[in-house]
Amino acid sequence: MITVLHEQSETTCTSARVRGEELWLTASELAAATGWSMKPEGLCRGDVCLPVPPSRAAEYVDGAYLNATAFWQRLQHPVVHDAAGEVWVLGTSAADRGSALASLEAPDFALQDLTGATWSLSQQRGKKVLLATWASW
Amino acid sequence: MWQSLHASLEARNFTVVAVAMDEPEAARPWIEQAQPTFPCLIDRNHHVADLYNMVNVPQASWIDEAGRIVRPPENAGSSDAFRAMDRTTMQMSPAQITERNRSKQTYVAAVRDWVAKGAASEFAYDAASLRSQLRLPDEAMAQAHARFRLAQALLRKGNGKEAALHFGEASRLHPESWTIWRQAAAKDATGLAVSAEFWARVDALGDRPYHRPIDMKGLRRGEA
Repeated sequence: MITVLHEQSETTCTSARVRGEELWLTASELAAATGWSMKPEGLCRGDVCLPVPPSRAAEYVDGAYLNATAFWQRLQHPVVHDAAGEVWVLGTSAADRGSALASLEAPDFALQDLTGATWSLSQQRGKKVLLATWASW
Repeated sequence: MWQSLHASLEARNFTVVAVAMDEPEAARPWIEQAQPTFPCLIDRNHHVADLYNMVNVPQASWIDEAGRIVRPPENAGSSDAFRAMDRTTMQMSPAQITERNRSKQTYVAAVRDWVAKGAASEFAYDAASLRSQLRLPDEAMAQAHARFRLAQALLRKGNGKEAALHFGEASRLHPESWTIWRQAAAKDATGLAVSAEFWARVDALGDRPYHRPIDMKGLRRGEA
């Protein structure tokens, strides 16, 4: 059983296969885990598409399977996994984090409180917000 | 920590959103004691630190009614006075306590000024000034957050030994992050990561700050 962690989501990918340092996912599981979906023009999210280089298609696509590691590395995002290959983090690059911050639009997130209720930052729109971190430690 | 500020300003279209870089059960007693009336969210994966390039607690960002950042993620009024405390008794001298309180009060007064005056507040940045103050992450930091996420997942699976390797790698990649280091560090009986190892890491800062001074009147480096 392979779990893929991306942004705030945690997705169990029952069809996933690991080949050495590569995580191969079906297009539907990659889409479920990351929001990136396979289209004729390449792997896309929103308006952004990453084409599959025709001369190296075999590195990225094998039948129903996509090489998530190869796509992620081409997007310059971090990929890390545990020794057993059961937990994979498809991370987000510093460039993406930096450009989101530099837009000056506060990056949105959704987290739970202790009662299990989910709150997003964006639902506070219309108020001034002091977004403050703390910890017990 | 923020309840009185929130309570006195919530009628003015203001809210605190508190994010605990913590495990729910570790944060629970603190939240139950404070009984906050603002959202108190639990972020065990430190996702907000990743999004906002935060490296310590307390850090805060000011966000206006339109969802725009008007102050960057930065130290929210804590001082480095604790570094000189008696490390056996964990007591601060009267002068250190005065400095700690002054820092907090200066910061809170600035928040109040912003809530009262909005963009006209001297503490709210315009876009150009804000961009010059923003600290953007580098690739090592992005790698560190991915490692931290993996380590937290492994910890929850009961694989503490392998988690420790990834926590260690995360701190090596992002040494400036106290949130990563302290979340992973050994805690004492009261839940604090204040061990000899912590103090050694603080002392290794030398002249560098634990809480990076912020660009705010009264809180700039050397202003006291």
